[in-house]
Amino acid sequence: MNSAGAQATVYNDTVVRQFSIMAVVWGVVGMLVGVIIAAQLAWPELNFGIPWLSYGRLRPLHTNAVIFAFGGCALMATSFHVVQRTGQVRLFAPQLASFVFWGWQAVIVAAAISLPLGYTTGKEYAELEWPIDILITLVWVAYAIVFFGTVGIRKVRHIYVANWFFGAFIIAVALLHVVNSAEVPAGWMKSYSAYAGVQDAMVQWWYGHNAVGFFLTAGFLGMMYYYIPKQAGRPIYSYRLSIVHFWALIFTYMWAGPHHLHYTALPDWTQSLGMVFSLILLAPSWGGMINGVMTLSGAWHKLRDDPILRFLIVSLSFYGMSTFEGPMMSIKTVNALSHYTDWTIGHVHSGALGWVGLISMGSLYYLIPRMYGREKMYSVPAIELHFWIATVGIVLYIAAMWMAGVMQGLMWRAINPDGTLTYTFVEGVKATFPFYVVRLLGGVLYLGGMLVMAWNVWMTVISGRSVDAPIPSPQIAHA
Amino acid sequence: MDILFLLIPMSVGLVLLILAGLWWAIDRGQFEDVEAEGEKILRDD
Repeated sequence: MNSAGAQATVYNDTVVRQFSIMAVVWGVVGMLVGVIIAAQLAWPELNFGIPWLSYGRLRPLHTNAVIFAFGGCALMATSFHVVQRTGQVRLFAPQLASFVFWGWQAVIVAAAISLPLGYTTGKEYAELEWPIDILITLVWVAYAIVFFGTVGIRKVRHIYVANWFFGAFIIAVALLHVVNSAEVPAGWMKSYSAYAGVQDAMVQWWYGHNAVGFFLTAGFLGMMYYYIPKQAGRPIYSYRLSIVHFWALIFTYMWAGPHHLHYTALPDWTQSLGMVFSLILLAPSWGGMINGVMTLSGAWHKLRDDPILRFLIVSLSFYGMSTFEGPMMSIKTVNALSHYTDWTIGHVHSGALGWVGLISMGSLYYLIPRMYGREKMYSVPAIELHFWIATVGIVLYIAAMWMAGVMQGLMWRAINPDGTLTYTFVEGVKATFPFYVVRLLGGVLYLGGMLVMAWNVWMTVISGRSVDAPIPSPQIAHA
Repeated sequence: MDILFLLIPMSVGLVLLILAGLWWAIDRGQFEDVEAEGEKILRDD
């Protein structure tokens, strides 16, 4: 441990290290559960008749583990790293930062126990019961205090754009969580939503889509704007565009949610409003994607030599793909075909595996060796291997789901000349079987890549040592 | 759709908050000479 005097001159990287390692651990766990439920969809016998292992309970465990455990830990690690480095200052309230780490792990463990036991509010991506919701709120407030406190005591006058994205993510998620999880307890692990019927659906998808927008987009864009320039050794292509990107994105995101409720009891005009806002979102999304990719303009050769940069840049191409696909799917006529089919699952995973997964892995490959006093990861060829099996896995996954989804949509709407349905529902399920098997294969490859990463991280950690990097003397502060 | 009486005022409030943030940033000169700020992070460690 450093003495008190030395502490003021080094960054607080302990919490960064903790979150980085747990991101990898929860990544393996969450993706493993994903592989299990993918196998259950192909072969339902794998439910084994055991309630705790049934698809309906493991599916929310998978989504919570990959989004909030893997993604959440990666976001907290990188935001605590970036806010210290760009502000050239130690974390504000280090004990509180420690509470954020242990509190967040407690939330994850509580989810991992309560979801298989069958405790759920039934709200997608907000399944956790009320006592856990309260703990999430406390941890999140602590997270906000540490993050904004550090911004407040920064030694560099300019607030780097990545911090704006992290800041918007923290504030928006706080608001979304509190509003959507408003519930009336009816016992220790049982509650009823404060809203009823279509009102509840509207709040749920206002929350659900903004969770995508702020948790899975804004936060990871914060990573993008710091780690791509750092890894490439070049400034962001246009800093001006990054500012436009930020403000345009956060001004327009909030009302895209109703596109999850097309052709439901939600008033028609609200659905159309959701569609229009979703279409508008294409512009800032692509502006940001182009800005990130063009950072390599004039140095494209780096993409050939540097597997970490490849993770980061390919993640942006998946970001571009899914932010094009999303607005298209929000158009009501397209949605009439795609909704409730596996196309939606394919779309989500092109964003989750391609964008969120790859940008996190690339950022962690940059971050982890530096946190353990090393120049680079233990094995660079292993990063290369991870990149290729992960990418092949994603392509298999999303191509299988696209085909399955379009096929399901067409089968469900096919009508005989006498007005009866051409196919029964179960015929659609039967036709989907081969695609479920291919999707499982894609998932196994992606999990395999994550295991390679876990091994590489383990070897890096045991061959390095924990070092808190010194804070540089204020060279350019207040420039 | 009573819920809109909650969600719409909240969105309007949020937009005003975001606008305040934008004005604060412009007023404090956060966006002057921005391209130089992009270069600076490359030298932060």
